[in-house]
Amino acid sequence: MNLQAEIPLDYLVVLSTIVFFIGLMGVLIRRNLITMLMGIELMLNAVNINFVAFNHYLFPHRLEGHFFALIVMAIAAAEAAIAISLIINIYRQFATVSVDDVDELKH
Amino acid sequence: MDFSYTILILVLPFLIFLLIGSLGSRWRPHLSGLLGTSGLFIITVLAYVTAFNYFIHRTGEAYQAIEASQLTWLSFTDDLIIHLGILLDPLSVMMLVVITTVSLMVHIYSLGYMKGEAGFARYFAFLSFFTFSMLGLVVATNIFQMYIFWELVGLSSYLLIGFYYERPSAVAAAKKAFIVTRFADLGFLIGILILSFNTNTFDFARLTDQHGPVIAQPVTAMFMGLSVTTWAMLLIFMGGAGKSAMFPLHIWLPDAMEGPTPVSALIHAATMVVAGVYLVARLFPIYHFSSPGSLDVIAYVGSFTSLFAAVIACTQLDIKRVLAYSTLSQIGYMMVALGVSGYGNEAGLGYMASLFHLFTHAFFKALLFLGAGSVIHAVHNNLMTEMGGLRKYMPVTHITFLVACITIAGIPPFSGFFSKDEILVAAFEHNKIIFAVQWLVAGITAFYMFRLYFNIFWNSNPEYHHTPHESPSTMTIPLFILAVMSIFSGFVPFHELVTSDGRPLATEFHPMIAVPSVLIALAGIGLAAALYYRKNSRPETIAKSLKAFYTMAYRKFYVDEVYLFVTHKVVFQLISRPAAWFDRHIVDGTMNLIGNSTVSFSGAIKEMQSGEVQWYIWYFTSGVLLLALMILYLT
Amino acid sequence: MTGPKIIFFVLATAIVVFSILSIASRKILRAAIHLLFVLVAMAGLYYMMNFQFLAAVQLILYAGGIVVLIIFSILLTSQINSKLDPPKKSHLLSGAVTAVGGIVLATITILQFAFKPSQEPAISTNMRTVGRQLLGTDVYGYALPFEVISILLLAALVGSIFIARKNKI
Repeated sequence: MNLQAEIPLDYLVVLSTIVFFIGLMGVLIRRNLITMLMGIELMLNAVNINFVAFNHYLFPHRLEGHFFALIVMAIAAAEAAIAISLIINIYRQFATVSVDDVDELKH
Repeated sequence: MDFSYTILILVLPFLIFLLIGSLGSRWRPHLSGLLGTSGLFIITVLAYVTAFNYFIHRTGEAYQAIEASQLTWLSFTDDLIIHLGILLDPLSVMMLVVITTVSLMVHIYSLGYMKGEAGFARYFAFLSFFTFSMLGLVVATNIFQMYIFWELVGLSSYLLIGFYYERPSAVAAAKKAFIVTRFADLGFLIGILILSFNTNTFDFARLTDQHGPVIAQPVTAMFMGLSVTTWAMLLIFMGGAGKSAMFPLHIWLPDAMEGPTPVSALIHAATMVVAGVYLVARLFPIYHFSSPGSLDVIAYVGSFTSLFAAVIACTQLDIKRVLAYSTLSQIGYMMVALGVSGYGNEAGLGYMASLFHLFTHAFFKALLFLGAGSVIHAVHNNLMTEMGGLRKYMPVTHITFLVACITIAGIPPFSGFFSKDEILVAAFEHNKIIFAVQWLVAGITAFYMFRLYFNIFWNSNPEYHHTPHESPSTMTIPLFILAVMSIFSGFVPFHELVTSDGRPLATEFHPMIAVPSVLIALAGIGLAAALYYRKNSRPETIAKSLKAFYTMAYRKFYVDEVYLFVTHKVVFQLISRPAAWFDRHIVDGTMNLIGNSTVSFSGAIKEMQSGEVQWYIWYFTSGVLLLALMILYLT
Repeated sequence: MTGPKIIFFVLATAIVVFSILSIASRKILRAAIHLLFVLVAMAGLYYMMNFQFLAAVQLILYAGGIVVLIIFSILLTSQINSKLDPPKKSHLLSGAVTAVGGIVLATITILQFAFKPSQEPAISTNMRTVGRQLLGTDVYGYALPFEVISILLLAALVGSIFIARKNKI
């Protein structure tokens, strides 16, 4: 399927922007560590859409965006794994996963 | 003639000062005293050798000024160079002799007087330092070097007056001396600056050269009716008036008696206080040729001071205070003589007389002070009301003190007569009013000196705690030597040696002046004897009849109170207090404001590091967005 | 209105709606499931752009790996029953300002630039091509990132085990 004919590139880029900033707002608003992680995953996915869209529209004879997105996914998975283990550790240490309670590195 | 050994006269006391000052506390005190005294003996011998060599060889008609050493110390531009050197001319050689002799006598005397005191080594170190400074002052080749040593002399005076630093009165007296003379030195410095700015030189030889540029082509600038040169010379005289304690800058000298008595003998009788006279004498050609009006001012100031001090001395009870006021009076004589003097040959009689009186006065005043010290040492008291009849216990002191009193009263053939007579002759030829005042003061001098003498050695016979005994020989030998010099120094042919232009002066005997002066002196002595020879009630009746005047004289005419009033009410309230307020509130306030605002600002932004991760994220994302905005739309 | 257009708008709307729900939901499990829907919709978008392999990897990795991991951690930290706290007002305000501002800025900037779609012939995205390029060592080969990623995954593996181990006291 070739999306090039139907949808202009701008739509996809705007979509990606919106999802990115929604994810950012999720990171800023949420008080639970795990829901912050969900916001981060949203941001990473938005970036992936961007790469893939540019690849499909501007460089259809190449696969660079495709592979970049692949690598980003792999890294996102690794990072999520580490983040979860950190959250587990924090839960063991502080008995809470609220981000307001892990503020010991202050002035 | 090679006079390069004269540098030793300056260097040796300074080295001794450094030596005793740094190592004296580790030695036995006796050693510091011996070191200081022997050093001074060496330089006294050197000074006499220099004087002999100098005065024997006269090239041409006049004595020439010789620069024995010269060292370029600071050179700023081609014109502004400050040298340090040694100038030998009749005036400075005479002063060398006087200073070293009196200092040597004081050193020997102090070996006995200060024996057993704490700070013995410190005392001798300071004495050497003072000797060094005073010698440096008199051999200065230029006025700036003289100013440097002038300040050093002031410093050593401060150190020595405040020698008993645990006594608050001594500390206050030292402070007063230093502040008053420093205030006068302000005028001195401004005078030096004006003079050297207008004449482009500091050097004495060029400043006082009669045919040189300074005198031959005077500066014509005028300021407020007086020429600039006159202003400069008056300001320089202000400095001299401070050091020589002329009215109204005399207030420090009586209080300076808080120092040890040998110090009073050396500094406040014979050497430092005559620095002002020396200054005027050194710059005399400029005074005479370029600003004769200032010489009149000098004469009147000196005359008033001598009368003023003499009247006060008649009422004082502390024997050292009487001698201090006597010093003021005699220096007034010297200033008067300079003020009425002319220049060259017979007209320069006043100049010669002033320096002759300086010469003889140094010896007999030092003798008076050392004798008073001997008395104080025996009786442990300064007040003449608690003394009396000491002639039985202290014969040597008695005789030498009597010799000094006769000398100061001006009875021939002792030296005081000759020098005072020359002054009276010079005054008579110039200004009859000043002559009359000085003649009257001669009588008053004789009166109060013999009042002092009779009260100490005759009069009543009080009970002493322990019988006073004669002082040890280290104290009586200087008394003896100084008495001999007081008697015979009048026969020195001064008029051939130290005159205004270096040429010998012919003097003659004026019986019309000499006889009245001796008569009024004898009258003074007689009055003192009548009142004080034996204990009687006549002094009290006289004091009661002159009640108000007596009180005013006893209270030194309230000059100190006026000074205190001006200082406290005017200077402190109007100047110091606002300045302190400004310093505390505005200067410190600004600094505190900067400090406090930094602290409060940091307190405000300290909250940014709250440990809450979400704020950190917000900070950098909003920062990135702002940066992007700026880059996209502002560049 | 052709088919792809409709499908695209449906998917896009789903993505936006579910991401907003994900970050706004009060129950944590609901938020995780909304995230799952977002990820699945994105896989649909990839499929529409002819990147089948990528769509499959997205489903497997994200939907089948990361969301499961998130749900595991929810269970491990015993929050499945508790309601999440509402966000603080200050955070809400600042987050909204930043997000809206960012969207506006980015959109304006993007729309000013005219993207010209390329006319080159599309490369086929079958497994053969993808595999060759993934392990290729020529100019367009991705062997190096592939190997580096494997080391990264090893590090992540070891690291997460180490961080989350139980320390014997």
